[in-house]
Amino acid sequence: MKAPVLSSWFGRGQVEASPDIESAALRSDRFRLEREGEWKRLEAILVRMEKGGLRRIADDDLVALPTLYRTAASSLSVARETSLDAATLAYLEALVQRAWFQVYGPRMGFVRWLRGFIFGGWSRAVRELWLDICIALFVMVAGTIVGWLLVAQDEAWFFRLFPGGRSDPRQPGASREELLQVLRHDEGAAGLAGFAAQLFSNNSGVCILAFALGFAFGIPSLMLLVHNMALMGVLLWLYNGQNLVVELAAWLSVHGTTELFGIMLSGAAGLHIGRAMAFPGKLPVLEAAAAAGRRSAVVMVGVVIMMVVAALLEAYPRQLVEDTGTRFMIGGTMLVFWLSYFILYRPAPRPDAIATPEAAA
Amino acid sequence: MSVRGITPGYRDEKRARTLVTPEGLALPITIAPRTTRAGALIIDVMIVMFTLIAFILIIYNIAWGLIEGTGLDLDDMSKGALEFLGICLALFVFCFWYGYFLVQELGPRGATLGKRIVGIRVAARGGTRLTPEAVIARNLLRDIEIFYPLVFLYSLAMLADRGEPIGVLGWVATGWFALFLLFPFFNRDALRAGDVVAGTWVVERPRAKLAKVLSTEGAASAAGSSEVTGVRYAFGEAELSIYGEKELQTLERMLRDSPPEALQAVHATICRKIGWDPGAGDERAFLEAFYAQLRAKLEADLRFGRRKADKFA
Repeated sequence: MKAPVLSSWFGRGQVEASPDIESAALRSDRFRLEREGEWKRLEAILVRMEKGGLRRIADDDLVALPTLYRTAASSLSVARETSLDAATLAYLEALVQRAWFQVYGPRMGFVRWLRGFIFGGWSRAVRELWLDICIALFVMVAGTIVGWLLVAQDEAWFFRLFPGGRSDPRQPGASREELLQVLRHDEGAAGLAGFAAQLFSNNSGVCILAFALGFAFGIPSLMLLVHNMALMGVLLWLYNGQNLVVELAAWLSVHGTTELFGIMLSGAAGLHIGRAMAFPGKLPVLEAAAAAGRRSAVVMVGVVIMMVVAALLEAYPRQLVEDTGTRFMIGGTMLVFWLSYFILYRPAPRPDAIATPEAAA
Repeated sequence: MSVRGITPGYRDEKRARTLVTPEGLALPITIAPRTTRAGALIIDVMIVMFTLIAFILIIYNIAWGLIEGTGLDLDDMSKGALEFLGICLALFVFCFWYGYFLVQELGPRGATLGKRIVGIRVAARGGTRLTPEAVIARNLLRDIEIFYPLVFLYSLAMLADRGEPIGVLGWVATGWFALFLLFPFFNRDALRAGDVVAGTWVVERPRAKLAKVLSTEGAASAAGSSEVTGVRYAFGEAELSIYGEKELQTLERMLRDSPPEALQAVHATICRKIGWDPGAGDERAFLEAFYAQLRAKLEADLRFGRRKADKFA
């Protein structure tokens, strides 16, 4: 009989006049007619809030919102005890629920969240993952050693582990000159910005993968770490053959201290979730996973930022600075910066800042 | 468009949950069905895909224009311009891919465009606040749930196409894909892996319009009588004590949306039940009066703490 969808599209703006309260035969309908003005005002505010955030709403409407919400909520509990009008009850339930989503919805915008995140939230989340970071670090070191040992025993492993094709100069038996050539800079700065953008989206993708894989009890995250670090072990072995380890380390350290740190954090974040699901402790599994997931998500936003920094470092200073000492200095400075930011930077959490998972749960 | 249920009875009992607000009020909410969510995801992916394709085409055209503008002389052209286009492309793809879901789900509607179209939204499980961390966590996992497996399977298919042996890898990938894709089918709340990790769930967006007041119109109103016959229907205590709340609300629903033919059948049934002689032509007035008086009686009982759930009670 009715076409609710069409009427809601075309019927906007026409407000039907409420019937006269005295004409209602039922007490519960009189109750409704007395209050429906407030409900409709609340609904109008909600529609505007859902559409465009808080800016379009008049101040007195915003002030009235919590009161209107409580009025609607108390109307609902009264109506449940006194009214048998199913349509009104359904409307009130929907209205209170919608208002609840707005009144108790995300309290801060993205910018405010980001500010809280940079000034304290990020480093706090990283510190909360200390055990997972230790495990990830151990696994990464082990992966490097495994890579080295594998190739040292059998050179065939080199081609299995190293992705470069046959045209890559970095191969067993390459001369010292060829290997050094790779570590030199290219000509000028042309093309480096594009290179940085590519590196960034590529590396961030790998990090997000390492994090997301943690869902399977963290094991795939660790495997990904081992695989990536075995590659580094292989590279170290190759350059060691020509006594170029220091040069290689300097070359890698420019961006590597940031990038590997980021990869370690994303692996640790994945592991954190996996560990929470495997050993939830006193909490139910779902709650433990959710708490761990929220903590790890904060770390992951940080990892994306670190990848931006790493890509910039990889594209510019690493390609433009050739001196081994300077390269070490840049890499070392970044490492010291990250470590002091994560470990030493401990501002007191603002009460309204990032809701920690414990507080939210 | 699935929330049009006027009464709780319309809802699928399996998907109904209760949310307790800080005021201690229990609100019914409904978990979004899996099919609806799949539909929303398909819409979203389509939007993302088409936007990205459009953007890539634009960039490509600009680049082509650049190359043509220099008379196909690659040495002559500006490397900086092409590089700039490359950066734009890489950053736009990354930001749009992750930003599309993040920004919209953090907004006041808690839903992406696809979710809005099908009428669902993201909420924190257990009635807590939806936090930015939760939204980030649930969206980071989407990649491994759907896109990486698809890309991986696709590349495997390409490898197999070229005659390279892939062995057991294909099965591993398929198993992986199946594990995450079917995850929502293995739990009551239809949570996907991202929802588990973020502590969220996807619920139907309530959207009920305030219906008309029935007791002010026609024969239901205080002094109402039938427009056709001018008779005022009045029912006695015995006639009104047959039906309960369930029947009352069914009648309400029929009065609100049913066609006259359906009302005839209801009219006949009620008349038979209360022992009246069913006439014809004045069904609506009869039903309105019956509804109003039955509701008045049941609500009066309600105030004294007596509830009659249905006709069997």
